Amino acid sequence: MDVQHHTPWHEYFGFSLDHKVIGIQYLVTGFFFYLVGGALAGMIRVELVTPLSDFMARDTYNQVLTLHGTIMIFLWIVPVVNGAFGNYLVPFYVGARDMAFPRLNAVAFWMLPPAGFLLLSSYFIGGAAQSGWTAYPPLSITTPAVGQIIWIISVLLLGGSSIFGAVNFIATILKLRRPGLGLFQLPMFCWAMLGTSVLVVLATPVLAGALILLSMDIVAGTGFFNPALGGNAVVYQHLFWFYSHPAVYIMVLPAFGLVSEILPIHARKPLFGYRSMIYSILGIVFLGLIVWAHHMFTSGTPPWMRLFFTIATAIIAVPTGIKFFNWLATLWQGKLALNSALLFCCGFIFNFVFGGITGVALAQVPFDVHVHDTYFVVAHFHYIVFGGTVFVIFAAIYHWFPKMSGRLLNEHLGRLHCLLSFLGFNICFFPQHWLGLNGMPRRVAEYDPQFQLVNQISSVGALLLAISTLPFLVNVLWSAWKGAPAGDNPWRACTTEWLTSSPPPVENWLREAPLVTEPYDYGSAEDAMSVTTVRGRELWSAGR
Amino acid sequence: MTILTQRPTTRLSDPQQEDQPQAPAHAHHPDVRLFGLIIFLVADGMTFAGFFAAYLTYRAVNPLPVNAEYELELLLPAVNTLVLLVSSLTFHRGSKALMASRMSTCRGWLLLTAALGAAFMAGQMWEYFHLPFGLTDNLFASTFYALTGFHGLHVTLGAMMILIVWWQAGRQGYFTAESHFGFEAAELYWHFVDGVWVVLFALLYLL
Amino acid sequence: MPIPASVLTLAAGILLALISLWVGQNINLMPVAAADDATTVDALFKVLFSLGVGLLLGITAMLVVALVQFRRRPGDHLDGPAVEGNLPLEIFWTAVPAIVILILGVYSYDIYARMGGMADFNHHTSMPPPEVEQASLGNPADPETVIWGGIDRAEGMAFPVEVTAMQFAFIFHYPQQNFTTGELHLPMGQPVELQLKSNDVIHAFWVPEFRLKQDVIPGQPTVLSFTANRQGDYDIICAELCGPYHGGMRSKVVVEDPQSFEEWLIRNTPATVATAPDSSRTA
Ligand code: HEM
Ligand SMILES: [Cu+2]
Ligand SMILES: [Cu+2]
Repeated sequence: MDVQHHTPWHEYFGFSLDHKVIGIQYLVTGFFFYLVGGALAGMIRVELVTPLSDFMARDTYNQVLTLHGTIMIFLWIVPVVNGAFGNYLVPFYVGARDMAFPRLNAVAFWMLPPAGFLLLSSYFIGGAAQSGWTAYPPLSITTPAVGQIIWIISVLLLGGSSIFGAVNFIATILKLRRPGLGLFQLPMFCWAMLGTSVLVVLATPVLAGALILLSMDIVAGTGFFNPALGGNAVVYQHLFWFYSHPAVYIMVLPAFGLVSEILPIHARKPLFGYRSMIYSILGIVFLGLIVWAHHMFTSGTPPWMRLFFTIATAIIAVPTGIKFFNWLATLWQGKLALNSALLFCCGFIFNFVFGGITGVALAQVPFDVHVHDTYFVVAHFHYIVFGGTVFVIFAAIYHWFPKMSGRLLNEHLGRLHCLLSFLGFNICFFPQHWLGLNGMPRRVAEYDPQFQLVNQISSVGALLLAISTLPFLVNVLWSAWKGAPAGDNPWRACTTEWLTSSPPPVENWLREAPLVTEPYDYGSAEDAMSVTTVRGRELWSAGR
Repeated sequence: MTILTQRPTTRLSDPQQEDQPQAPAHAHHPDVRLFGLIIFLVADGMTFAGFFAAYLTYRAVNPLPVNAEYELELLLPAVNTLVLLVSSLTFHRGSKALMASRMSTCRGWLLLTAALGAAFMAGQMWEYFHLPFGLTDNLFASTFYALTGFHGLHVTLGAMMILIVWWQAGRQGYFTAESHFGFEAAELYWHFVDGVWVVLFALLYLL
Repeated sequence: MPIPASVLTLAAGILLALISLWVGQNINLMPVAAADDATTVDALFKVLFSLGVGLLLGITAMLVVALVQFRRRPGDHLDGPAVEGNLPLEIFWTAVPAIVILILGVYSYDIYARMGGMADFNHHTSMPPPEVEQASLGNPADPETVIWGGIDRAEGMAFPVEVTAMQFAFIFHYPQQNFTTGELHLPMGQPVELQLKSNDVIHAFWVPEFRLKQDVIPGQPTVLSFTANRQGDYDIICAELCGPYHGGMRSKVVVEDPQSFEEWLIRNTPATVATAPDSSRTA
């Protein structure tokens, strides 16, 4: 735990090839954009305190909501659950020194900041895109072109970055495994990243294609999606959702993987149902590719399509459900350490189950016809993406910060953060279900006065959410500087990233990569975990 | 492409490594660049798949105005298809020559392949200038140009790669029968571009 | 005497079921129902609500019990039991949700079919005669006359109203009386068919009290047929982002008893059309 483990600070600002540096670069960049996206969300909630459009101009409002959605999805969730944790952890888990293509990896990361700042800059040069993150034509063709084109370029860049990342993950997981390590011995996060990357490779290019055609409609005057020129606006929706439904799993599968890593360690029990967890990931990947039209139940799609996509969508709840039951069973009879990481995971379980239930309801066409494009849908996907994935990101930060920095985070501040997030989140988004059911459409700057009180409650929740980031920021900054030393393995875990120093050396282990064939080998022991005491010690010292 | 061809660098070498024969290859992990390229080509193929799906949907549900039903000239594109298929073959012969370490033969085949690619592009250009419709005339015209143009971009890129490989093959020992990733990558990419064209030709001209 | 765990579990299960049934049936989250379809949709929603409450409460209860009962006591450094899985349990929680989902799917399909969501749009009879003629003259597959989708009962003559959406208003045209208004009037208890088209971008026609929504897509006419069954004024809301004033794009639908509706029609019908013989309407 001595010398060259400290990566010089300037490496974090340069073209580093180290997967751990790149992972942290993703994490910090993503978090920066989370704050930006959060500020935009705050503006939306301020506008909605009153039923009138009185806080900002109407077209500014649409720009703000477009930027908010795009930033949160493409610059925070996707880069952080994939880029940050994927890069940091996958090489450890497969027993490799780095990703398969370190240079490609760095390139993928460095596409992110320019794309993000380009997107933001559009606000100052002629106004950002104002057709929502979905950019449905013909609206996106008729709104000011500059903002929309910049939006398209940034999303193409971000999509490209995500494809490069996925190529790297697939190659690393399938080809770079340490000798002796089988696919069915990998930690669940690897499987999640494998599934996610397959989705990225199959789906993201289709979005790119759609956006290329859309940009031709905007700048070259073609009419692919422009009915005024004989085109078909719904074709864009198919192409868009062929990517964007899988995208919701791109945002949540890695989070599932992270939960599967975190829970067993803090519950001191093996992951329940390892195989069925893998099969459910595969099932989700397959089904995720064939449910996209559930976003188009009211778009005049043919009846057979609605029938097919209803059934497929509802069935996807089955593999998703399996994962949750397995996690509950993992917790059951464990020795739960009620720390921030575990509590955030439990918050995730509650929120995601909630969002999954509303998701199954939305899959029922007659019901969806009523609530499609309302605040009910807004509530649904925030329960999934925010209550689900963002909660997991925080859990993961509490869990891996000691490894990344060598210092522990403060648990009191962490639990405060968790409590405030949970309350703020639910106060903000729970009432929105009612709003949607009772007649408030989404993406509006003004609304029926009968909804004012409930909107104000929601805005209070948003304020609480904003406040909840303060203890987190203080905690991270202070702990990185002065936190208690974490030691190599503060959680007494037996996956390979813990079997080295904190922070780990450049090539992860000074000696041979440890071979961990049972990543969840907790329990079963007389005293504290058998692995980290007996076999683990051996592995550990072998690795260091 | 060039990104993929970089070898992963290693910054830490462990002197103790040598006396641990069972230790996994530390510095040199297996070369998986070709595998990476294949995944990338799957992604690229999905872009085309998206375009094809859009095109087929348009055909099925967006009938064209009466004055926009064209009989596409078939001869030139058919010849072009042949040119491209032959170019795949010539590249393959080039790789055979490389395997036999006959570098000058290999370079000859490469040059021929690049020339065939250029001939294809020339044919494509000629067709563009003699078509009775322009980019924005109607849905079919737009899709036609988008599909062939996007493919043409790939051909151009591929031809440039071939020229680079041709130049590299001229340097002593750059490619050997055992180690020739750049060559193999360019070849795989070229076959891919060919394969896409065949589908494109069938959908756009024959269907 | 300690109560056996199985009895406790059973009791908890029954309690859970009762609570969720009660919540689903008695807590009303929907606005008033003003169309025939609304009542069926609400019935489906009640089922979904009950199931959802049951599942959420059940899982939350498990979570809370686990957090309290299995929390690590200070000084306890032992691991939990090394249970790695349980096949019968896995099969159970795969099969039960699958069956529930399937039943739910069949149920909502049935409702949707009854609403007219599965209708074959281009064979329905309620297309107004003039348009049918036009279609047969021109290209039979002319996208402007094909109905691309929607909800259509296709049961005989429904009263037609043409709805045009544009930035940022809905306009209603009564083809048989040939007049245009900015406020939709509909007869109570009589099937109507809205024929929707858009002039510019995508809008969506939504009346929460009818539980009906249909995207209005330029170049792709859609239909929405239903029977309003409750007198009153309801909001028509645009539900698809259509530009800066999207939030203000709303209008009103007035559901009247057939007689007042008739009077309203006559009041608004231009003189030339009113005197012309009109036999096609079945008022
Ligand atoms: C349990 C499985 C799920 C089901 C059955 C489900 C179902 C649905 C349905 C039917 C819609 C369309 C609603 C509408 O627009 O009318 C929807 C919207 C959405 N869902 Fe889910 N969902 C599930 C899980 C997820 C997950 C895991 C995510 C993300 C990680 C997610 C994110 C979204 C998003 C972002 C939207 C709205 C997109 C938009 O219109 O902007 N959902 N979901
Ligand atoms: Cu979806
Ligand atoms: Cu609107």
